Amino acid sequence: MNSSSHGPIVVLAGGLSHEREVSLRSGRRVAQALRDQGREVVESDVNPGLIDLLGSLERPVAFPVLHGGVGEDGGLQQVLTLLGVPYVGSEPAACRRSFNKAVAGPLAAQAGLARPRQAALPHDMFRELGAAHLVQALGDRIGYPMMVKPARSGSALGCSRVDTAEAVPSAMVGAYAYGDLAVVEEFVEGTEVAVTVVELDGRPEPLPAVEIRPNSGIYDYTARYTAGETRFITPAEVPDEVAAACAALAVAAHTVLGLRDLSRADIIVRPDGTPVLIETNSAPGMTETSLVPLAVEAAGDDFGLLCARLVDNAWARHAG
Amino acid sequence: MEFHPRRWVRQAGGVSLPEPSRRDTRLDSYVDAYAERTHGLQVSAVRALFAVANRPEVVSLAGGMPNITDLPREALAKAVDRLITDRGTQAMQYGSGQGEPFMRDRIVEVMAEEDVHAHADDVVVTCGSQQALDLVTRVFCDPGDVVLAEGPSYVGALGTFHAYQCEVVHIGMDDEGIDPVALRVALVSLRAAGRRVKFLYTIPNFQNPTGVTQTLRRRHEVIAIAREYDLLIVEDNPYGLLTLDAEPLPALRSLDADHVLYLGSFSKIFAPGFRVGWALAPHAVREKLVLTQEAATLCPPVFSQFAIATYLDEFDWRAQIDVFRGMYRERRDAMMSGLTQHMPEGTTWTHPTGGFFVWVTLPEGLDSQAMLPRAVNARVAYTTGTAFYADGLGSRNMRLSFCFPTPERILEGTRRLGEVMEQELQLHRTFGLGSEPLRHHDLTAGPAPDIS
Repeated sequence: MNSSSHGPIVVLAGGLSHEREVSLRSGRRVAQALRDQGREVVESDVNPGLIDLLGSLERPVAFPVLHGGVGEDGGLQQVLTLLGVPYVGSEPAACRRSFNKAVAGPLAAQAGLARPRQAALPHDMFRELGAAHLVQALGDRIGYPMMVKPARSGSALGCSRVDTAEAVPSAMVGAYAYGDLAVVEEFVEGTEVAVTVVELDGRPEPLPAVEIRPNSGIYDYTARYTAGETRFITPAEVPDEVAAACAALAVAAHTVLGLRDLSRADIIVRPDGTPVLIETNSAPGMTETSLVPLAVEAAGDDFGLLCARLVDNAWARHAG
Repeated sequence: MEFHPRRWVRQAGGVSLPEPSRRDTRLDSYVDAYAERTHGLQVSAVRALFAVANRPEVVSLAGGMPNITDLPREALAKAVDRLITDRGTQAMQYGSGQGEPFMRDRIVEVMAEEDVHAHADDVVVTCGSQQALDLVTRVFCDPGDVVLAEGPSYVGALGTFHAYQCEVVHIGMDDEGIDPVALRVALVSLRAAGRRVKFLYTIPNFQNPTGVTQTLRRRHEVIAIAREYDLLIVEDNPYGLLTLDAEPLPALRSLDADHVLYLGSFSKIFAPGFRVGWALAPHAVREKLVLTQEAATLCPPVFSQFAIATYLDEFDWRAQIDVFRGMYRERRDAMMSGLTQHMPEGTTWTHPTGGFFVWVTLPEGLDSQAMLPRAVNARVAYTTGTAFYADGLGSRNMRLSFCFPTPERILEGTRRLGEVMEQELQLHRTFGLGSEPLRHHDLTAGPAPDIS
């Protein structure tokens, strides 16, 4: 393999987001996988030393593995673009679109993709217009059960399922602790699957769907990151045509949001077989219990090889 | 080998579909093999939020790391250098399961500072006092046994009791420490119900997490109950010498040698990295602790014991404790002043006269666990009150530590925290949330030991 064209790979993980811990785990896994491929890797947090570090390296390629905050909302990608450092992953505007659930949801819906009913509300609307009326309107428009989520966060942090109007206030307060904007969505009952999309030569390709069955019934933070707490089945136990529809939905979401290199669509398949797009992640988790590595393995390929190809791809884009 | 996504792709209705191998996994081959006591040891979303605490942008009032920057490091380096050159073959060798005799002699001297008079024979050196607690629980407790502890109590102790499948029953406390009436009632009713109450775990001085100190009157009352009901007391005293306003009060062990098993530590009066603590136990118990220690680790860290004994012999450790006291007093004062300036109305807090911590009670309705992400956004961290209860209580409380950040950072931290609480209160008013405190059950919600 010719890897002499680019210099060290800078795996960026950590950051100041609520998902710092997850990002550090993802970063370690990606760095190790790349080293196992014989690549030179430097690991770094996103901190005031980063720009000097990038400046000190010959022909670096960045591999951001940040979840939440500046790593996922496009801020870091913007800086890398300004510095002329090639990087793996989506461009700033696409990151911003996909990270904000209040933006990505309507964009996908407008493009005709199946989406839950959604309303996005900043916290001050409740103060200015009266919480009781808005809660009533949410119940009428979205219905119960509903999901309340922070608009900008991941790993299910701050998300809760709400079954009655009485439970809405504490769920909203929980979501607003993460940020000033929250989304309220129709709760979709069905089979949870995740479809990874890999784009190596300009064409997004779906990997096999991973089916998620948390022991507790809820795929929350604990179920995501404690090995043993969730059962993963690859490929998802759904009929072929449903698997094809999930794959098509994931690729369509990747394209509609203008994502690049790698993304993961979280989908719920309704009992009638209709897949509904919950969200798309431009910076999917890469931890020991994450879905992308499982999908890569299910495809019969090697996670390290994929990471290395993504780096080569980013370098080729830059050099070409 | 190249990565060829198309290798496994077939076409189905115009959409690329994989031809994958089937796998059904929980990503842990041993998931059905774990012991009962391992259940509940899970990744915690609350704990994960502390991951940002060590970043310099964040003022962390969450952890419990002592500030050891004032130790005479260059002189220590020379002393350790000599230790390795002159006595390295002993210091780096296996040692006694009970701990080195010279170390136990020094420990007796340290305990005398708090009026605890003992024989070196009755001291068992452990890997931090945390291991002493582990050994004591292992020696005394069967699954289902009851341990009494203050409510709230030290999160690390609750973890140990859980590991041995004990049930923790919390005893209420006020600003004089544990409530003796509640202690008696709990003891009598538990015994009447046929429960085996093994011991009372208590931190009489500058309790973690509340910072409250048992008054002398309370100490006598607790000892009287122990004698009346033949109750063993495990006295955990890591902060006793870190008094900030007055001389130390007599330890419970100094009032009764038969009913008190005493735990001590060098972590706060010297440095925690050596991992040297101890248990002082009646001799029959001590014999069992030593054999249990041999089974657990063969012997406590030998090199650390040589290093600490060297420090105690060659340095003025009493003067160093005075230096620590001055430094922590300034930080405690900054915390008190910051809280007075910045806490919203309806907030109350304890007034510690030593140790590392202050316990804050939030205005009615606020939930410290739900508020933590907002605090992280504002670059300030604290430990949620729920971490210190085995029964899910504590959502209206938080523990703030004043040991590690500088006084300036502590003031800034309380300012940020005040804003966070104001915002949260406003949101609560908007939604008209009730005041019923929520219960949160999370065994691993406390910060890791390396969190500042």
